[in-house]
Amino acid sequence: MNIPTNYRFASSHEWVLDNGDGTVTMGISDHAQDLLGDVVFVELPEVGREVTAGEEFSLVESVKAASDIYAPIAGEVVAINETLEDEPELVNSEPYEGGWIVKIKLADAAEVEALLDADAYAATIAEES
Amino acid sequence: MGQKTALYDKHLQMNAKLVDFGGWDMPIHYGSQVEEHHIVRRDAGMFDVSHMTVVDVTGADAKEYLRYLLANDVIRLQEQGKALYSGMLNETGGVVDDLIVYLMTDPDVTGEWFRVVVNCGTREKDLRWMADHTAKFDNVALTERPELAMVAIQGPNALAKVASVLSDGRVKLINDLKVFQGLESEGWFFARTGYTGEDGLEVMVPEEYVADFWQALADAGVAPCGLGARDTLRLEAGMNLYGSDMDEKISPLSANMGWTIAWEPAERDFVGRQALEKQREAGVKQKLVGLVLESRGVLRSHQKVMINGEEAGEITSGSFSPTLGCSIAMARVSANIADTCHVDMRGKLVEVKVVKPSFVRNGEKVYS
Repeated sequence: MNIPTNYRFASSHEWVLDNGDGTVTMGISDHAQDLLGDVVFVELPEVGREVTAGEEFSLVESVKAASDIYAPIAGEVVAINETLEDEPELVNSEPYEGGWIVKIKLADAAEVEALLDADAYAATIAEES
Repeated sequence: MGQKTALYDKHLQMNAKLVDFGGWDMPIHYGSQVEEHHIVRRDAGMFDVSHMTVVDVTGADAKEYLRYLLANDVIRLQEQGKALYSGMLNETGGVVDDLIVYLMTDPDVTGEWFRVVVNCGTREKDLRWMADHTAKFDNVALTERPELAMVAIQGPNALAKVASVLSDGRVKLINDLKVFQGLESEGWFFARTGYTGEDGLEVMVPEEYVADFWQALADAGVAPCGLGARDTLRLEAGMNLYGSDMDEKISPLSANMGWTIAWEPAERDFVGRQALEKQREAGVKQKLVGLVLESRGVLRSHQKVMINGEEAGEITSGSFSPTLGCSIAMARVSANIADTCHVDMRGKLVEVKVVKPSFVRNGEKVYS
Protein backbone atom coordinates (compact mmCIF):
# COMPACT_ATOMS: atom_id res chain seq x y z
CA MET A 1 0.00 0.00 0.00
CA ASN A 2 1.39 3.39 -0.99
CA ILE A 3 1.60 5.92 1.89
CA PRO A 4 3.83 8.88 0.94
CA THR A 5 5.85 10.16 3.89
CA ASN A 6 5.40 13.87 3.10
CA TYR A 7 1.59 13.63 3.35
CA ARG A 8 -0.62 13.79 6.43
CA PHE A 9 -3.73 11.66 6.96
CA ALA A 10 -7.07 11.59 8.74
CA SER A 11 -8.19 8.30 10.29
CA SER A 12 -11.19 8.51 7.90
CA HIS A 13 -8.65 7.93 5.05
CA GLU A 14 -8.32 11.42 3.56
CA TRP A 15 -4.85 12.79 2.87
CA VAL A 16 -3.57 16.35 3.11
CA LEU A 17 -0.51 17.84 1.43
CA ASP A 18 0.73 21.18 2.78
CA ASN A 19 1.37 23.48 -0.18
CA GLY A 20 3.40 25.88 2.00
CA ASP A 21 1.28 28.91 1.02
CA GLY A 22 -1.48 28.60 3.59
CA THR A 23 -3.37 26.06 1.48
CA VAL A 24 -3.49 22.27 1.47
CA THR A 25 -4.49 19.82 -1.26
CA MET A 26 -6.59 16.85 -0.18
CA GLY A 27 -7.82 13.57 -1.56
CA ILE A 28 -8.40 10.00 -0.43
CA SER A 29 -5.64 7.53 0.34
CA ASP A 30 -4.50 4.61 -1.78
CA HIS A 31 -5.95 2.33 0.89
CA ALA A 32 -9.35 4.08 0.66
CA GLN A 33 -9.52 3.84 -3.14
CA ASP A 34 -8.54 0.19 -2.95
CA LEU A 35 -11.40 -0.51 -0.54
CA LEU A 36 -13.89 1.37 -2.72
CA GLY A 37 -12.95 -0.21 -6.03
CA ASP A 38 -13.61 1.55 -9.35
CA VAL A 39 -14.71 5.14 -8.72
CA VAL A 40 -17.43 6.28 -11.15
CA PHE A 41 -18.56 9.67 -9.78
CA VAL A 42 -17.12 12.30 -7.48
CA GLU A 43 -19.50 14.91 -6.10
CA LEU A 44 -17.42 18.04 -5.59
CA PRO A 45 -18.24 20.85 -3.14
CA GLU A 46 -18.65 24.47 -4.26
CA VAL A 47 -15.63 26.71 -4.35
CA GLY A 48 -15.91 29.19 -1.50
CA ARG A 49 -17.55 26.76 0.90
CA GLU A 50 -16.34 27.03 4.50
CA VAL A 51 -15.83 23.66 6.11
CA THR A 52 -15.05 22.49 9.61
CA ALA A 53 -12.84 19.49 10.34
CA GLY A 54 -14.84 16.27 10.15
CA GLU A 55 -17.66 17.82 8.07
CA GLU A 56 -19.07 15.76 5.17
CA PHE A 57 -18.42 17.83 2.07
CA SER A 58 -17.95 15.49 -0.87
CA LEU A 59 -19.11 12.09 -1.99
CA VAL A 60 -17.21 9.44 -3.91
CA GLU A 61 -19.31 6.76 -5.61
CA SER A 62 -17.68 3.57 -6.75
CA VAL A 63 -19.31 0.66 -8.55
CA LYS A 64 -19.54 -0.97 -5.15
CA ALA A 65 -20.57 1.77 -2.71
CA ALA A 66 -21.08 5.45 -1.96
CA SER A 67 -18.60 6.91 0.48
CA ASP A 68 -18.85 10.27 2.24
CA ILE A 69 -15.70 12.33 2.23
CA TYR A 70 -14.99 14.38 5.34
CA ALA A 71 -13.01 17.61 5.43
CA PRO A 72 -9.82 16.59 7.23
CA ILE A 73 -9.16 20.16 8.26
CA ALA A 74 -11.06 23.45 8.67
CA GLY A 75 -10.94 26.20 6.08
CA GLU A 76 -12.33 27.46 2.81
CA VAL A 77 -12.52 25.41 -0.38
CA VAL A 78 -10.48 27.44 -2.88
CA ALA A 79 -10.21 24.95 -5.76
CA ILE A 80 -11.89 21.75 -6.89
CA ASN A 81 -10.53 19.13 -9.27
CA GLU A 82 -12.94 19.48 -12.17
CA THR A 83 -11.02 16.85 -14.15
CA LEU A 84 -12.72 14.27 -11.93
CA GLU A 85 -16.06 15.09 -13.58
CA ASP A 86 -14.85 13.28 -16.70
CA GLU A 87 -12.11 11.10 -15.27
CA PRO A 88 -13.21 9.90 -11.83
CA GLU A 89 -10.93 6.89 -12.28
CA LEU A 90 -7.98 9.18 -11.46
CA VAL A 91 -8.96 8.65 -7.82
CA ASN A 92 -8.01 4.98 -8.34
CA SER A 93 -5.01 5.34 -10.62
CA GLU A 94 -3.37 8.41 -9.03
CA PRO A 95 -4.87 8.85 -5.58
CA TYR A 96 -2.10 11.22 -4.42
CA GLU A 97 -1.64 13.23 -7.62
CA GLY A 98 -4.22 13.53 -10.42
CA GLY A 99 -6.94 12.18 -8.14
CA TRP A 100 -6.85 15.13 -5.71
CA ILE A 101 -10.31 16.39 -4.78
CA VAL A 102 -10.08 19.96 -3.38
CA LYS A 103 -7.69 22.62 -2.17
CA ILE A 104 -8.47 24.21 1.16
CA LYS A 105 -7.24 27.57 2.51
CA LEU A 106 -6.37 26.77 6.11
CA ALA A 107 -8.18 28.43 8.96
CA ASP A 108 -5.35 27.37 11.29
CA ALA A 109 -2.05 26.15 9.85
CA ALA A 110 -1.23 24.29 13.06
CA GLU A 111 -4.04 21.82 12.37
CA VAL A 112 -1.95 20.11 9.70
CA GLU A 113 0.53 18.94 12.31
CA ALA A 114 -2.28 17.44 14.36
CA LEU A 115 -3.12 14.95 11.57
CA LEU A 116 -1.55 11.48 11.38
CA ASP A 117 1.86 11.13 9.78
CA ALA A 118 2.55 8.25 7.39
CA ASP A 119 3.67 5.84 10.13
CA ALA A 120 0.71 6.55 12.35
CA TYR A 121 -1.66 6.17 9.40
CA ALA A 122 -0.05 2.86 8.41
CA ALA A 123 -0.63 1.67 11.97
CA THR A 124 -4.31 2.70 11.76
CA ILE A 125 -4.77 0.65 8.61
CA ALA A 126 -3.00 -2.34 10.13
CA GLU A 127 -5.36 -2.23 13.11
CA GLU A 128 -8.42 -2.21 10.86
CA SER A 129 -7.47 -5.29 8.89
CA MET B 1 -11.05 -18.95 5.30
CA GLY B 2 -13.68 -20.19 2.92
CA GLN B 3 -13.83 -23.04 0.44
CA LYS B 4 -11.44 -22.83 -2.47
CA THR B 5 -12.09 -23.75 -6.07
CA ALA B 6 -9.51 -25.68 -8.08
CA LEU B 7 -8.50 -22.31 -9.58
CA TYR B 8 -7.62 -20.67 -6.27
CA ASP B 9 -3.84 -20.70 -6.88
CA LYS B 10 -4.37 -19.26 -10.37
CA HIS B 11 -6.39 -16.42 -8.87
CA LEU B 12 -3.58 -15.59 -6.45
CA GLN B 13 -1.01 -15.76 -9.28
CA MET B 14 -3.14 -13.38 -11.34
CA ASN B 15 -3.44 -10.87 -8.46
CA ALA B 16 -7.11 -11.41 -7.74
CA LYS B 17 -8.71 -9.54 -4.90
CA LEU B 18 -10.62 -12.28 -3.09
CA VAL B 19 -13.88 -11.93 -1.18
CA ASP B 20 -16.17 -14.32 0.61
CA PHE B 21 -19.04 -15.36 -1.64
CA GLY B 22 -21.47 -17.88 -0.18
CA GLY B 23 -18.69 -19.46 1.86
CA TRP B 24 -16.20 -19.52 -1.03
CA ASP B 25 -13.08 -17.39 -1.50
CA MET B 26 -13.80 -15.92 -4.92
CA PRO B 27 -12.19 -13.17 -7.03
CA ILE B 28 -14.10 -9.89 -6.98
CA HIS B 29 -11.69 -8.41 -9.53
CA TYR B 30 -8.10 -8.70 -10.75
CA GLY B 31 -7.41 -4.96 -10.70
CA SER B 32 -10.38 -3.12 -12.19
CA GLN B 33 -13.95 -4.33 -12.25
CA VAL B 34 -14.90 -1.73 -14.87
CA GLU B 35 -12.05 -2.74 -17.21
CA GLU B 36 -13.07 -6.40 -16.90
CA HIS B 37 -16.65 -5.45 -17.73
CA HIS B 38 -15.54 -3.65 -20.92
CA ILE B 39 -13.32 -6.57 -21.95
CA VAL B 40 -16.33 -8.91 -21.87
CA ARG B 41 -18.46 -6.49 -23.92
CA ARG B 42 -15.69 -5.92 -26.47
CA ASP B 43 -13.47 -9.01 -26.55
CA ALA B 44 -13.44 -12.03 -24.19
CA GLY B 45 -13.21 -12.54 -20.46
CA MET B 46 -13.33 -15.62 -18.23
CA PHE B 47 -14.94 -16.22 -14.86
CA ASP B 48 -14.36 -18.99 -12.35
CA VAL B 49 -17.87 -20.19 -11.55
CA SER B 50 -16.83 -23.50 -10.02
CA HIS B 51 -18.68 -22.59 -6.84
CA MET B 52 -22.00 -23.20 -8.61
CA THR B 53 -23.77 -26.46 -7.89
CA VAL B 54 -24.18 -29.10 -10.61
CA VAL B 55 -26.67 -31.90 -10.05
CA ASP B 56 -27.31 -34.72 -12.51
CA VAL B 57 -30.87 -36.07 -12.55
CA THR B 58 -31.11 -39.62 -13.86
CA GLY B 59 -33.54 -42.53 -13.83
CA ALA B 60 -36.63 -43.52 -15.79
CA ASP B 61 -38.75 -40.92 -13.95
CA ALA B 62 -36.27 -38.05 -14.29
CA LYS B 63 -38.39 -36.20 -16.82
CA GLU B 64 -41.67 -36.54 -14.93
CA TYR B 65 -39.87 -35.53 -11.72
CA LEU B 66 -38.56 -32.31 -13.28
CA ARG B 67 -41.93 -31.57 -14.85
CA TYR B 68 -43.30 -31.61 -11.30
CA LEU B 69 -40.37 -29.80 -9.65
CA LEU B 70 -40.02 -26.87 -12.07
CA ALA B 71 -42.35 -24.11 -13.25
CA ASN B 72 -40.94 -24.31 -16.74
CA ASP B 73 -41.55 -27.57 -18.59
CA VAL B 74 -38.62 -29.80 -19.60
CA ILE B 75 -40.87 -31.30 -22.26
CA ARG B 76 -39.88 -28.19 -24.21
CA LEU B 77 -36.38 -29.65 -24.50
CA GLN B 78 -36.63 -31.53 -27.76
CA GLU B 79 -33.05 -31.49 -28.92
CA GLN B 80 -29.94 -33.05 -27.42
CA GLY B 81 -28.19 -30.65 -25.05
CA LYS B 82 -30.88 -27.99 -25.18
CA ALA B 83 -31.08 -25.78 -22.09
CA LEU B 84 -34.04 -24.29 -20.23
CA TYR B 85 -34.13 -21.53 -17.61
CA SER B 86 -36.65 -22.12 -14.84
CA GLY B 87 -37.72 -21.19 -11.38
CA MET B 88 -38.03 -23.92 -8.77
CA LEU B 89 -41.02 -22.77 -6.70
CA ASN B 90 -42.46 -23.50 -3.30
CA GLU B 91 -46.17 -24.17 -2.62
CA THR B 92 -46.89 -20.47 -2.12
CA GLY B 93 -45.40 -19.67 -5.52
CA GLY B 94 -42.18 -18.15 -4.13
CA VAL B 95 -38.87 -18.86 -5.83
CA VAL B 96 -36.74 -21.47 -4.03
CA ASP B 97 -34.06 -20.91 -6.67
CA ASP B 98 -33.57 -20.20 -10.35
CA LEU B 99 -31.63 -22.69 -12.42
CA ILE B 100 -30.65 -23.98 -15.81
CA VAL B 101 -31.49 -27.51 -16.88
CA TYR B 102 -29.88 -29.27 -19.85
CA LEU B 103 -31.30 -32.27 -21.67
CA MET B 104 -28.57 -34.88 -21.75
CA THR B 105 -28.44 -38.09 -23.70
CA ASP B 106 -25.98 -40.86 -23.32
CA PRO B 107 -26.15 -43.93 -25.54
CA ASP B 108 -24.50 -46.01 -22.79
CA VAL B 109 -27.07 -45.08 -20.19
CA THR B 110 -30.78 -45.62 -20.49
CA GLY B 111 -32.22 -42.79 -22.51
CA GLU B 112 -32.52 -39.19 -21.39
CA TRP B 113 -31.21 -37.57 -18.27
CA PHE B 114 -30.79 -33.97 -17.17
CA ARG B 115 -28.06 -31.75 -15.79
CA VAL B 116 -29.22 -28.98 -13.46
CA VAL B 117 -27.10 -26.00 -12.38
CA VAL B 118 -28.29 -24.15 -9.28
CA ASN B 119 -26.83 -21.28 -7.27
CA CYS B 120 -24.03 -21.67 -4.77
CA GLY B 121 -25.59 -19.67 -1.94
CA THR B 122 -28.70 -21.89 -2.00
CA ARG B 123 -26.91 -25.23 -2.40
CA GLU B 124 -27.96 -26.98 0.79
CA LYS B 125 -31.54 -25.76 0.66
CA ASP B 126 -31.84 -26.74 -3.00
CA LEU B 127 -30.39 -30.21 -2.53
CA ARG B 128 -32.76 -30.86 0.36
CA TRP B 129 -35.71 -29.50 -1.61
CA MET B 130 -34.87 -31.55 -4.67
CA ALA B 131 -34.35 -34.72 -2.62
CA ASP B 132 -37.63 -34.23 -0.70
CA HIS B 133 -39.57 -33.99 -3.96
CA THR B 134 -38.26 -37.28 -5.33
CA ALA B 135 -40.55 -39.09 -2.85
CA LYS B 136 -43.43 -39.18 -5.32
CA PHE B 137 -41.31 -40.93 -7.94
CA ASP B 138 -39.98 -44.47 -7.98
CA ASN B 139 -36.96 -44.05 -10.17
CA VAL B 140 -35.05 -40.78 -9.83
CA ALA B 141 -31.47 -40.36 -8.73
CA LEU B 142 -29.78 -37.06 -7.88
CA THR B 143 -26.00 -36.94 -8.13
CA GLU B 144 -24.09 -33.82 -7.20
CA ARG B 145 -20.95 -33.25 -9.28
CA PRO B 146 -18.57 -31.25 -7.07
CA GLU B 147 -15.57 -32.62 -8.97
CA LEU B 148 -16.56 -30.54 -12.01
CA ALA B 149 -15.00 -27.09 -12.09
CA MET B 150 -16.73 -24.49 -14.25
CA VAL B 151 -15.33 -21.63 -16.32
CA ALA B 152 -17.54 -19.11 -18.14
CA ILE B 153 -15.84 -17.54 -21.15
CA GLN B 154 -17.92 -14.62 -22.40
CA GLY B 155 -17.70 -11.92 -25.04
CA PRO B 156 -17.84 -11.45 -28.81
CA ASN B 157 -14.46 -13.21 -29.26
CA ALA B 158 -15.06 -15.89 -26.61
CA LEU B 159 -15.83 -18.82 -28.91
CA ALA B 160 -12.90 -18.11 -31.23
CA LYS B 161 -10.46 -17.79 -28.34
CA VAL B 162 -11.71 -20.96 -26.65
CA ALA B 163 -11.44 -22.78 -29.99
CA SER B 164 -7.78 -21.78 -30.22
CA VAL B 165 -6.93 -23.93 -27.17
CA LEU B 166 -9.03 -27.03 -27.95
CA SER B 167 -8.51 -30.21 -29.97
CA ASP B 168 -10.06 -30.34 -33.46
CA GLY B 169 -12.90 -32.57 -32.28
CA ARG B 170 -13.89 -30.14 -29.56
CA VAL B 171 -13.53 -27.16 -31.88
CA LYS B 172 -16.09 -28.78 -34.17
CA LEU B 173 -18.34 -29.46 -31.20
CA ILE B 174 -18.37 -25.83 -30.01
CA ASN B 175 -18.68 -24.46 -33.54
CA ASP B 176 -21.81 -26.56 -34.04
CA LEU B 177 -23.37 -25.60 -30.69
CA LYS B 178 -26.56 -23.62 -30.91
CA VAL B 179 -27.31 -20.81 -28.49
CA PHE B 180 -28.58 -22.32 -25.22
CA GLN B 181 -27.26 -25.79 -25.99
CA GLY B 182 -24.62 -27.81 -24.16
CA LEU B 183 -22.84 -31.04 -25.11
CA GLU B 184 -20.44 -33.44 -23.43
CA SER B 185 -17.05 -34.41 -24.72
CA GLU B 186 -15.08 -37.05 -22.80
CA GLY B 187 -16.01 -35.80 -19.37
CA TRP B 188 -15.99 -32.11 -20.32
CA PHE B 189 -19.21 -30.21 -20.97
CA PHE B 190 -19.45 -27.23 -23.32
CA ALA B 191 -22.56 -25.06 -23.13
CA ARG B 192 -23.36 -21.94 -25.10
CA THR B 193 -24.88 -20.21 -22.12
CA GLY B 194 -23.88 -17.43 -19.77
CA TYR B 195 -24.84 -14.63 -17.45
CA THR B 196 -23.55 -11.56 -19.25
CA GLY B 197 -25.77 -10.85 -22.28
CA GLU B 198 -22.88 -11.74 -24.61
CA ASP B 199 -22.23 -14.83 -26.66
CA GLY B 200 -19.93 -17.30 -24.97
CA LEU B 201 -19.52 -20.64 -23.28
CA GLU B 202 -19.82 -22.17 -19.88
CA VAL B 203 -17.41 -25.08 -19.72
CA MET B 204 -17.48 -27.77 -17.06
CA VAL B 205 -14.07 -29.32 -16.63
CA PRO B 206 -12.90 -32.16 -14.35
CA GLU B 207 -11.08 -30.16 -11.70
CA GLU B 208 -7.68 -31.77 -12.31
CA TYR B 209 -7.60 -30.17 -15.77
CA VAL B 210 -9.05 -26.77 -15.01
CA ALA B 211 -5.87 -24.91 -13.99
CA ASP B 212 -4.19 -25.81 -17.29
CA PHE B 213 -7.33 -24.87 -19.23
CA TRP B 214 -7.49 -21.50 -17.43
CA GLN B 215 -3.81 -20.82 -18.13
CA ALA B 216 -4.19 -21.78 -21.80
CA LEU B 217 -7.11 -19.37 -22.11
CA ALA B 218 -5.11 -16.61 -20.43
CA ASP B 219 -2.24 -17.26 -22.86
CA ALA B 220 -4.76 -17.05 -25.72
CA GLY B 221 -5.73 -13.54 -24.57
CA VAL B 222 -8.81 -14.22 -22.46
CA ALA B 223 -8.79 -11.85 -19.50
CA PRO B 224 -9.62 -13.17 -16.02
CA CYS B 225 -12.69 -11.37 -14.67
CA GLY B 226 -14.19 -11.33 -11.19
CA LEU B 227 -17.62 -11.50 -9.67
CA GLY B 228 -17.80 -7.69 -9.64
CA ALA B 229 -17.89 -7.50 -13.44
CA ARG B 230 -20.17 -10.53 -13.55
CA ASP B 231 -22.69 -8.58 -11.49
CA THR B 232 -22.65 -5.40 -13.61
CA LEU B 233 -22.79 -7.47 -16.81
CA ARG B 234 -25.80 -9.50 -15.68
CA LEU B 235 -27.54 -6.35 -14.45
CA GLU B 236 -27.07 -4.65 -17.84
CA ALA B 237 -28.41 -7.83 -19.47
CA GLY B 238 -31.48 -7.68 -17.20
CA MET B 239 -30.79 -11.08 -15.65
CA ASN B 240 -32.04 -11.68 -12.14
CA LEU B 241 -29.80 -12.37 -9.17
CA TYR B 242 -31.28 -14.83 -6.71
CA GLY B 243 -31.60 -13.37 -3.22
CA SER B 244 -31.66 -9.80 -4.56
CA ASP B 245 -34.25 -9.69 -7.34
CA MET B 246 -36.33 -12.62 -6.11
CA ASP B 247 -36.47 -15.09 -3.25
CA GLU B 248 -38.83 -17.50 -1.52
CA LYS B 249 -41.36 -14.76 -0.81
CA ILE B 250 -41.46 -13.38 -4.34
CA SER B 251 -43.60 -14.77 -7.13
CA PRO B 252 -41.98 -15.22 -10.54
CA LEU B 253 -44.85 -13.04 -11.81
CA SER B 254 -43.39 -10.15 -9.78
CA ALA B 255 -39.82 -10.92 -10.81
CA ASN B 256 -39.99 -10.64 -14.60
CA MET B 257 -40.04 -14.45 -14.78
CA GLY B 258 -43.55 -14.88 -16.15
CA TRP B 259 -42.05 -16.15 -19.41
CA THR B 260 -40.47 -19.05 -17.53
CA ILE B 261 -43.81 -20.45 -16.37
CA ALA B 262 -45.19 -23.12 -18.67
CA TRP B 263 -48.95 -22.86 -18.06
CA GLU B 264 -49.75 -25.32 -20.82
CA PRO B 265 -50.51 -28.19 -20.76
CA ALA B 266 -53.01 -27.20 -18.09
CA GLU B 267 -53.08 -30.71 -16.64
CA ARG B 268 -49.40 -30.64 -15.72
CA ASP B 269 -49.17 -30.25 -11.97
CA PHE B 270 -46.01 -28.53 -10.70
CA VAL B 271 -45.02 -27.24 -7.30
CA GLY B 272 -46.49 -23.76 -6.86
CA ARG B 273 -48.97 -24.01 -9.73
CA GLN B 274 -52.11 -23.48 -7.64
CA ALA B 275 -50.66 -20.42 -5.94
CA LEU B 276 -49.58 -18.92 -9.26
CA GLU B 277 -53.01 -19.47 -10.79
CA LYS B 278 -54.64 -17.63 -7.92
CA GLN B 279 -52.17 -14.77 -8.24
CA ARG B 280 -52.84 -14.56 -11.95
CA GLU B 281 -56.60 -14.44 -11.41
CA ALA B 282 -56.34 -11.82 -8.68
CA GLY B 283 -54.02 -9.68 -10.82
CA VAL B 284 -50.35 -9.16 -10.09
CA LYS B 285 -49.79 -6.03 -8.02
CA GLN B 286 -46.06 -5.65 -8.35
CA LYS B 287 -43.64 -6.07 -11.19
CA LEU B 288 -39.93 -5.88 -11.79
CA VAL B 289 -38.90 -2.93 -13.96
CA GLY B 290 -35.68 -1.35 -15.10
CA LEU B 291 -34.64 2.14 -13.96
CA VAL B 292 -32.16 4.45 -15.65
CA LEU B 293 -30.63 7.45 -13.90
CA GLU B 294 -29.47 9.82 -16.59
CA SER B 295 -27.99 12.32 -14.15
CA ARG B 296 -25.04 11.69 -11.83
CA GLY B 297 -25.11 9.24 -8.96
CA VAL B 298 -25.50 5.51 -8.47
CA LEU B 299 -28.75 3.70 -7.68
CA ARG B 300 -28.32 1.10 -4.93
CA SER B 301 -30.38 -1.83 -3.76
CA HIS B 302 -33.05 -1.08 -1.12
CA GLN B 303 -33.42 2.56 -2.12
CA LYS B 304 -37.12 3.45 -2.17
CA VAL B 305 -39.03 4.09 -5.38
CA MET B 306 -41.56 6.94 -5.11
CA ILE B 307 -44.58 7.72 -7.29
CA ASN B 308 -46.24 11.08 -6.65
CA GLY B 309 -44.60 11.26 -3.25
CA GLU B 310 -45.85 7.82 -2.19
CA GLU B 311 -43.56 4.87 -1.62
CA ALA B 312 -44.20 2.41 -4.47
CA GLY B 313 -41.47 -0.20 -4.15
CA GLU B 314 -37.73 -0.53 -3.91
CA ILE B 315 -34.60 -1.19 -5.90
CA THR B 316 -33.61 -4.86 -5.88
CA SER B 317 -30.30 -4.46 -7.76
CA GLY B 318 -28.60 -1.20 -8.60
CA SER B 319 -25.17 -0.27 -9.86
CA PHE B 320 -23.24 1.75 -12.35
CA SER B 321 -23.46 0.58 -15.96
CA PRO B 322 -19.97 0.78 -17.45
CA THR B 323 -21.38 0.29 -20.98
CA LEU B 324 -23.95 3.10 -20.70
CA GLY B 325 -21.92 5.40 -18.44
CA CYS B 326 -24.80 5.97 -16.05
CA SER B 327 -26.53 4.14 -13.25
CA ILE B 328 -29.15 1.45 -13.87
CA ALA B 329 -31.25 -0.66 -11.55
CA MET B 330 -33.96 -3.25 -11.28
CA ALA B 331 -36.81 -2.37 -8.95
CA ARG B 332 -39.95 -4.08 -7.79
CA VAL B 333 -42.74 -1.51 -7.99
CA SER B 334 -46.51 -1.11 -8.25
CA ALA B 335 -47.66 -2.59 -11.55
CA ASN B 336 -49.26 0.75 -12.57
CA ILE B 337 -45.96 2.64 -12.74
CA ALA B 338 -45.58 5.25 -15.54
CA ASP B 339 -42.58 6.15 -17.71
CA THR B 340 -40.79 8.02 -14.94
CA CYS B 341 -40.68 7.91 -11.16
CA HIS B 342 -38.41 9.09 -8.37
CA VAL B 343 -35.88 7.31 -6.20
CA ASP B 344 -35.01 8.40 -2.70
CA MET B 345 -31.22 8.57 -2.94
CA ARG B 346 -29.77 9.35 0.44
CA GLY B 347 -32.66 11.67 1.27
CA LYS B 348 -32.81 13.35 -2.14
CA LEU B 349 -35.60 12.57 -4.62
CA VAL B 350 -34.08 11.96 -8.04
CA GLU B 351 -36.05 11.41 -11.25
CA VAL B 352 -35.39 8.17 -13.13
CA LYS B 353 -36.67 6.66 -16.35
CA VAL B 354 -38.70 3.43 -16.15
CA VAL B 355 -37.85 0.84 -18.84
CA LYS B 356 -38.12 -2.88 -19.43
CA PRO B 357 -35.51 -4.60 -17.27
CA SER B 358 -32.99 -5.17 -20.04
CA PHE B 359 -30.38 -2.56 -20.82
CA VAL B 360 -27.58 -4.01 -22.96
CA ARG B 361 -27.38 -7.02 -25.27
CA ASN B 362 -24.39 -7.98 -27.39
CA GLY B 363 -22.64 -4.75 -26.53
CA GLU B 364 -25.52 -2.46 -27.55
CA LYS B 365 -28.06 -0.44 -25.60
CA VAL B 366 -31.49 -2.06 -25.96
CA TYR B 367 -33.96 0.09 -24.03
CA SER B 368 -35.52 3.30 -25.36
